[in-house]
Amino acid sequence: MQAFRLYPLGDTAIVVQLGHEINDKTHAKVRAFAAYLEQFPFTGMLEYVPAFTTVTIYYNPWVVSERGSLDPYEKVTSVIQTMLFFSGDGVKKQVERVVEIPVLYGGEYGPDLEFVATHNALTPEEVIAIHASTDYQAYMIGFAPGFPYLGGMNARIAAPRKETPLASIPAGSVGIAGKQTGIYPIATPGGWQLIGRTPLSLFDPARECPSLLKAGDRIRFVPISEEEYQRRKEQGQ
Amino acid sequence: MSLKIISPGLLTTIQDTGRHGYQKDGMVVSGAMDAVALRIANILAGNEENEAALEITMMGPKIVFEEDVLLALTGGDLSASIDDAPVKMWRPVLVRKGSTLAFGKPVKGCRAYLAVSGGFDLPKVMGSYATYLRAGVGGFGGRALKAGDLVPCKGPTPKAMQLMAELTDSAIGKTHAQVAFTFDPRLFPAYEENPTIRALKGPEYDQFTENSQNYIWNEKFLVTPQSDRMGYRLLGMTLALKEEAELVSSAVSFGTVQVPVEGNPIVLMADHQTTGGYPRIVQVISADFSKLAQVPPGKSVRFTEVSLDEAHQLYMNQEKSIEQVKRALQIKAWR
Repeated sequence: MQAFRLYPLGDTAIVVQLGHEINDKTHAKVRAFAAYLEQFPFTGMLEYVPAFTTVTIYYNPWVVSERGSLDPYEKVTSVIQTMLFFSGDGVKKQVERVVEIPVLYGGEYGPDLEFVATHNALTPEEVIAIHASTDYQAYMIGFAPGFPYLGGMNARIAAPRKETPLASIPAGSVGIAGKQTGIYPIATPGGWQLIGRTPLSLFDPARECPSLLKAGDRIRFVPISEEEYQRRKEQGQ
Repeated sequence: MSLKIISPGLLTTIQDTGRHGYQKDGMVVSGAMDAVALRIANILAGNEENEAALEITMMGPKIVFEEDVLLALTGGDLSASIDDAPVKMWRPVLVRKGSTLAFGKPVKGCRAYLAVSGGFDLPKVMGSYATYLRAGVGGFGGRALKAGDLVPCKGPTPKAMQLMAELTDSAIGKTHAQVAFTFDPRLFPAYEENPTIRALKGPEYDQFTENSQNYIWNEKFLVTPQSDRMGYRLLGMTLALKEEAELVSSAVSFGTVQVPVEGNPIVLMADHQTTGGYPRIVQVISADFSKLAQVPPGKSVRFTEVSLDEAHQLYMNQEKSIEQVKRALQIKAWR
């Protein structure tokens, strides 16, 4: 059985901690356990949220306890221990999905590209080349609907947050904050340095899967022209 | 039949028991701040408890009914009246066609729930009617109600129609009639102006200074005007960690009390983000969400510690009370 720790988050959630640091090994465990829960949800389980090192499971104590006849926390604990045992090492490796994100870099769509370049003594072209040359790992989705926490950005293009956040960052904006890069799925206030924008809709409640990205996806940014951006925007893809 | 919104009030939105199952995609749950009140409003109106209902905040709307309806008002007492006659809360009420529901001063609590029999004829988005304003998702076009809106209703359920027929006689010559029976008030949430809220130690409780740990259980916190459906921003002594710690972001929930770097705690409420990276000092128990949701800005709260076991007992008691309301109605109303 794998190493883990269980602890309550209030009276309707339990946290399964599978590691302490953000790395691929812990991420693989989180993904494997989340995949198991997706396939075999238990009675009274409401939903689960995978994060960097944890999977949090929300449950209805009334249902889990069979209307008050069992101790709900003991019951979920024992169910989860069993699940961890079975999902452990025997689980097959999850198939990795690679999602290409077309990005129009610079200009009015990426007003801070120059700043990021100057800050790192690079040309804007070099920043684009570095940003688009790596595969990123979507470790988790959170903060806003469809927002991926991406790992793997080259530290050569790191840049501090803006001192004064913008009141509204347009949906689809690709930004850098510290050593992280991310994509804003919906218009929200924020302080990231904006280097470009994607015509893709990262979050659409009308889609069967509203979030374009899932935890575990590999992300690749692909530079596109303004014409390509407008064309894809019109096609809504 | 529709509800005609004459004036919208401060913030009136369509809510249900929340949008569950999409938190892994970063989608917030939303739903009623005082979910127990919403569930009971629906039960009293003859609906499934997770039907869509109106969440009415502080200053209520003015609504005209185009047809006879059976409705129920629960939650905070915002001085509801029908054509200027006070209307009783926490029971089924028959309202005659053409009458106007209006609200006055908040008397107790700050959020009322209005369920109409059959619920609202609106599309579900991601399995829920709940309005999430920030992303413009769900409810009535993803937004709060405005003057002139017509909110379509599905029409009364069969058991509501039966009760409406029984109440028709007592409504002759009046704008509305309510059932004669009442419920044991202990079955409903008890609201207080400056309540003591029961809570569990949060996952990072031990990382806080002894001073902060003592303070959270012994002193009161002001609910500041910056509080909203996303979170209650509290003001008291600033809380601090023993030593700076970099926390790895992970899931949070309704009732999580997190402490950002500047030290003023935030209690996460219905529209909270799915994940957070701030240390969590305490976690409000589910049985006290209703009480907390009814505290308006400007009032204060205290926290008192309970065990997980007690929290679960209180959770069960609350569910049993709701079952009892259902049973009582089965006998008294839906005969």
